[in-house]
Amino acid sequence: MAVPILKQGPYLIASVQSALTDAELLELRNALVLMVGKYRSRGVIVDVTAMDVMDSFASRTLRDIAHMIRLRGAETVIVGIQPEVAFTMVQLGLTLEGVATALDLEEGLTFLDRGVKKLGGHVGASG
Amino acid sequence: MKEETRVPIQSDHDIVTARQRGRTLAQQLGFSNSNLTVIATAISELARNILLYAKKGELTLGIIENNGRQGLSVVARDQGPGIPDINRAMDVGYSTSGSLGLGLPGVRRLMDDFEIVSRVGKGTTVTTAKWKP
Repeated sequence: MAVPILKQGPYLIASVQSALTDAELLELRNALVLMVGKYRSRGVIVDVTAMDVMDSFASRTLRDIAHMIRLRGAETVIVGIQPEVAFTMVQLGLTLEGVATALDLEEGLTFLDRGVKKLGGHVGASG
Repeated sequence: MKEETRVPIQSDHDIVTARQRGRTLAQQLGFSNSNLTVIATAISELARNILLYAKKGELTLGIIENNGRQGLSVVARDQGPGIPDINRAMDVGYSTSGSLGLGLPGVRRLMDDFEIVSRVGKGTTVTTAKWKP
């Protein structure tokens, strides 16, 4: 696995460490969708701080991850999109609509904690 | 063109290699951080287009100059099936491969110069450039 996935309490944290190939992105997606069931996780954080390029494929795969995880009954938050990456994504029309994002890991955890408490275990879609 | 780097595109690893080479070259030219990301992303889209539609091809990165102004050229070349309707391919949202359809129109938005020549059954060449401000 190119991306280590850590289990922390009710959450899974996937930290992208370097540039990923398309196959590695799909591998991450498939692993998360399985692990969220195996560990009965409430939330998933995908930390993309180390990603220097978010093209249409990466963006679509992250969106797919968030949607698939939601169908599995948990919530996903993407954290760490860099300023230059955000700038380029908007130029490309890649807005990750319907996907929760947060500044960094800490904010992502706060976001998930809030949802778990407020809704007794189920996190809302927007936020 | 003063300097050229060729990157063969045959697998998804080559996409990563191509954008890293492009980023390094753009960095040497002194592009800003946000432009480095813009260039690397455009390269990624161009390389993926080759892989999706032609299976294999080549990306050429070069340093160009015009009236004392420096720039980076990115040329994507393949001998794939070609694009029957270029106007349609440049439509945001249109894609025959099931992707987002943002590939070529996205590249046009990210780069300063953009030209596409395609012949059905012969292949496609997309010539793009980003100029230093």
